[in-house]
Amino acid sequence: MTPDLEDLYREIILDHYRNPRNTGELKSPPAIRTVGFNPLCGDEITLYLDIEGDILKDVKIDIRGCSISQSSASMMSEAIKGKHIAEIQQFIQSFKSMMSVHKAQLAGDETSTQGKLADNDPGEVDDNLDDDGIVEQTLEDSKLGELTALRGVVQFPVRIKCATLAWNTLIQGLEEVG
Amino acid sequence: MAQLDISSIKKDFPLLSQGGPGKKGVPRLVYLDSAATSQLPLTVINAMEHYYSTTHANVHRGVYTIAEEATRLFEDARLKVGEFINAPNPEREIVFTKNVTESINLVAQSWGRGNLKPADVVLLSEMEHHANIVPWQIMASQIGFEIRYLKITDDGYLILDDLKRQLDGVKLVGITLMSNVLGTINDISEIVAMAHDAGALVLADGAQFVPHLPTDVAQIGCDFLAFTGHKMLGPTGIGILWAPTDILDKMPPFLGGGEMIADVTLEGFRPTEIPWKFEAGTPPIAEAVGLLEAVKYLKNIGMSKIREHEIEMIEYTFDHLKKRFGDDLSIHGPKDAKHRGGVFSFAYKDVHPHDLAQILDSEGICIRAGHHCAKPLMRRLGVTSTARASVYIYNDFNDIVALGDGLGKVKDIFG
Repeated sequence: MTPDLEDLYREIILDHYRNPRNTGELKSPPAIRTVGFNPLCGDEITLYLDIEGDILKDVKIDIRGCSISQSSASMMSEAIKGKHIAEIQQFIQSFKSMMSVHKAQLAGDETSTQGKLADNDPGEVDDNLDDDGIVEQTLEDSKLGELTALRGVVQFPVRIKCATLAWNTLIQGLEEVG
Repeated sequence: MAQLDISSIKKDFPLLSQGGPGKKGVPRLVYLDSAATSQLPLTVINAMEHYYSTTHANVHRGVYTIAEEATRLFEDARLKVGEFINAPNPEREIVFTKNVTESINLVAQSWGRGNLKPADVVLLSEMEHHANIVPWQIMASQIGFEIRYLKITDDGYLILDDLKRQLDGVKLVGITLMSNVLGTINDISEIVAMAHDAGALVLADGAQFVPHLPTDVAQIGCDFLAFTGHKMLGPTGIGILWAPTDILDKMPPFLGGGEMIADVTLEGFRPTEIPWKFEAGTPPIAEAVGLLEAVKYLKNIGMSKIREHEIEMIEYTFDHLKKRFGDDLSIHGPKDAKHRGGVFSFAYKDVHPHDLAQILDSEGICIRAGHHCAKPLMRRLGVTSTARASVYIYNDFNDIVALGDGLGKVKDIFG
């Protein structure tokens, strides 16, 4: 294996791919059901969020995708299950930062604090977004835990969309709650 | 490899003699994605460079020498491309477009608007590329006609048993000559015969077929043939639509602007003659010069020999991969090399095509992973995407061995 590939296919990623956590469905309603697509490869995810008050009580994922999209979804589900929505938002921001070529690269809707995750085009870097205060809310890497295993994905720009598929779908789902 | 000297052919292609870009320890690039776009021989690159360095001027306008020479080259390309597919009137029946997509959109927008009524039917197939589905869906949403689809068998053949009934009410049949996913070579003669009996015209999508097999429009019998330069050793940016003069003559213009008019007043315009009537704006001139050279290169080798080479490649590929991976490797589409081209979609166990292509890339092997612009076919196959390798005149058995070695690495990582 070349060093590059080792960065991508870490053991922990392959573990989540082979044994994905929190798979399945939740009854919707009451759970929020959100479908996400990666138009590049046709991968598809259905995310179920069971939110009570400001806590994500349960999460289930039904995904057809590659090792990166599946492991990212699996790790995300473990990271956010049982957490406060505010904390989940911080996870989202931290993951966004990690997936950005520049630390604070954000793409999409600049007016929304829940803009889409970084696109796979490094040419779309917009450094002005450093100033919008989002970055300050992000967690330290240590709190991202296992998710930092996905850091190697940024070396493979085409695969960033695989890693962010579940997260973009999560953003969409949370927007539905308002 | 009885017929072609592939190692000598490979040397004609500068891109193929370099190592894998940025990859340590990858001795050479193994290019197995010619179904997406083919590589260019040096003669094509040089012809375009020479044109830009010595002859570049706009066509059909200037009276000065280089403008006349540019026009002569552009029209010579039209003639040679027409002869390449045995067009009866090559000077008048070859329309240069941007790509196959534009060629089919031209037919849908121009012929379709003039000929399709709400009660009509357009018959396509489940294995079409989006380029031969969406243009018809756009027109159907405006006119209200029905689109019907021929189904395919599990091993990737069109089901034609019921064709006569399926043709009821059909005004146009749009079928690929070779599937860009399955490799299936369709029995177009049978379709054409029955379609014409039913009073329908036939559009053949030749994107994958024309670069790889001898093509004769008279023999195929279709009414429209769309193909593209960049899959037949030429540059990107130039596509071709062939149709006989009587059909083209009756079609209204597609895009409006310069080049395509006989006269313009403030009240209206008169279109010029075919084929220029369909070539609004400055055309892809350097690209036509490159395509002309690509056609010369292909003719020089001989399309029959290219087809023979690819049959050998397909048989070797199936045999080699089956021996190494057994049932862990499955290939979509026809197994008989006589019924298919050198593009094949495959799966290794349940490893996702993206992962597969990524690992192969680390070995300098270029294959395609994705839905190949054929999402309805993906749904029919019950997958979201496939891995796809495709061969051309510059591929040899060593490339297939390299593919096998790369798949061995996939096995190491994913088990």
